[in-house]
Amino acid sequence: MVKKGIERVYLGLILLFLYAPILTLMIFSFNDSKSRAKWGGFTLKWYQSMFNDPIIVKSLYYTLTIALLSAVIATVIGTAAAIGIQAMSRKRRDTIMNVTYLPVLNADIVTGIAFMLFFIGIGLKLGFTTMLLAHITFNIPYVILSILPKLRSMNKFTYEAALDLGATSLMAVRKVILPEIAPNIITGFLLAFTLSLDDFVISYFTAGNGVSNLSITIYTMTRRGIKPEINAISTILFLAILILLLIITKRREKVVRKEKY
Amino acid sequence: MNRKLLAYPYVVWMIAFILLPLFMVLYYGFTKDDAGHIIFTAEYIKKVFEPIYFSAMVKSFMYAGFATLICLVLAYPLALILASKGGKNSSMLFIFILPMWMNFLLRTYAWLTLLETNNGLINTLLRAMHLPSINIIGTPKAIILGMVYNFLPFMVLPIYNTLVKIDPYILEAAHDLGADSFQRLIRVVFPLSLPGVMSGITMVFMPAVTSFVITNLLGSGKVNLIGNLIEKQFLMTYNWGFGAAMSLILMIIILIAMGFMKKFDKGNLEGGAGRW
Repeated sequence: MVKKGIERVYLGLILLFLYAPILTLMIFSFNDSKSRAKWGGFTLKWYQSMFNDPIIVKSLYYTLTIALLSAVIATVIGTAAAIGIQAMSRKRRDTIMNVTYLPVLNADIVTGIAFMLFFIGIGLKLGFTTMLLAHITFNIPYVILSILPKLRSMNKFTYEAALDLGATSLMAVRKVILPEIAPNIITGFLLAFTLSLDDFVISYFTAGNGVSNLSITIYTMTRRGIKPEINAISTILFLAILILLLIITKRREKVVRKEKY
Repeated sequence: MNRKLLAYPYVVWMIAFILLPLFMVLYYGFTKDDAGHIIFTAEYIKKVFEPIYFSAMVKSFMYAGFATLICLVLAYPLALILASKGGKNSSMLFIFILPMWMNFLLRTYAWLTLLETNNGLINTLLRAMHLPSINIIGTPKAIILGMVYNFLPFMVLPIYNTLVKIDPYILEAAHDLGADSFQRLIRVVFPLSLPGVMSGITMVFMPAVTSFVITNLLGSGKVNLIGNLIEKQFLMTYNWGFGAAMSLILMIIILIAMGFMKKFDKGNLEGGAGRW
């Protein structure tokens, strides 16, 4: 009994530590006063005025557009890559995977400045395109890593059987491999989407002047004081991602159950 | 058509956008413009080892190391408790991972609201209870707190993942052979969870050592770690060569550390990749 009690207290304290800042932020998104310290009564006005702030609307637009575009493109390239890599000889596969791990393992700040130097070096002006290219690049490895384990555990003879039965390679990929890895492709896509949505460091170095996602806008604002509208929009985004995650978890449970039987 | 061809677009992409940018860092770190001629130089690399910069690097490693240690001490019991609640019920774990999906700049910034010296929420509460207030904003303590706060879930996840995989029969066998619960923890559970501990350490230490946002926000710009120095070379003083040299050194240290950790942690990186 005592042990149970200690465990509960411990879990509670860690939860308090993890959620205190988030709750503060959410509560203050309903605060009528602009101050971060005083409670001035309940209001929903920040939820209305955020759509009137051109900077916030613009950065929300860039955040979502880049997240969606980069996730779609990364999913297409990454899925094709995963299928191809799986068919390669071990040596070539290892070489490609080692390079693929680089952006995952490397510090964000190093990846960020590498992109910046590269884009400036080839004469691309920093802006929407460079940020999109950077996001696609750091997303692809996560898509590949979501799909490869599934490909490895799949029965490889089904693909060969399809070829023996007269399917072209492309047809076999479409009819045999893709349906089996579909759940992993979706997981990879959602992972890429949320990673892009949340990124600050790499965007910071590749966006240049004039283009800014939510994270960059927030960072700029921290020097002059965060507008309460940002709290409101973050609360909404947090809830949106929460719902997305619940869907993924449900899907995963379904996938796991299917694999069991 | 061969299936392998499907990987070729990615291979081209990879060379263009992963390898070439890293090559650019190498290029900037080792060359300088000498009256219109690009010449090789080791000057920037040498500069990284000058006392002021080198001490910033050492400081970064110390703070990050300290934050990693605190994360480990906090996360291990947490992972044990969560794992004992049954591996299949992952909703408890989910609650502990969830905060990572709030924008991390905002979460860190919210600590300012909580910790501010005069009218921060915590100090207001402490004063109401006639307790001494805490003033840590702008000090290394606040930075370490920020690191622990942001990266704690990275430690919990991999440890939890190894703990739930431990075969219960092994624990039963240890019990039958006369080990009490403490001995089982120290001599059976802990050694078996080492791969998780190792990848947890890497996943906390790496982002912590290179962070510049936490330092800027909670250190009020008074504390400079290596990440801050790199950021400044690119966005304030425009000494790109020196910034590139610092990034190179940092990258080499990280990759060596990774290779070292990977020896302990076979095949666990995929499970640890990101927050899934």
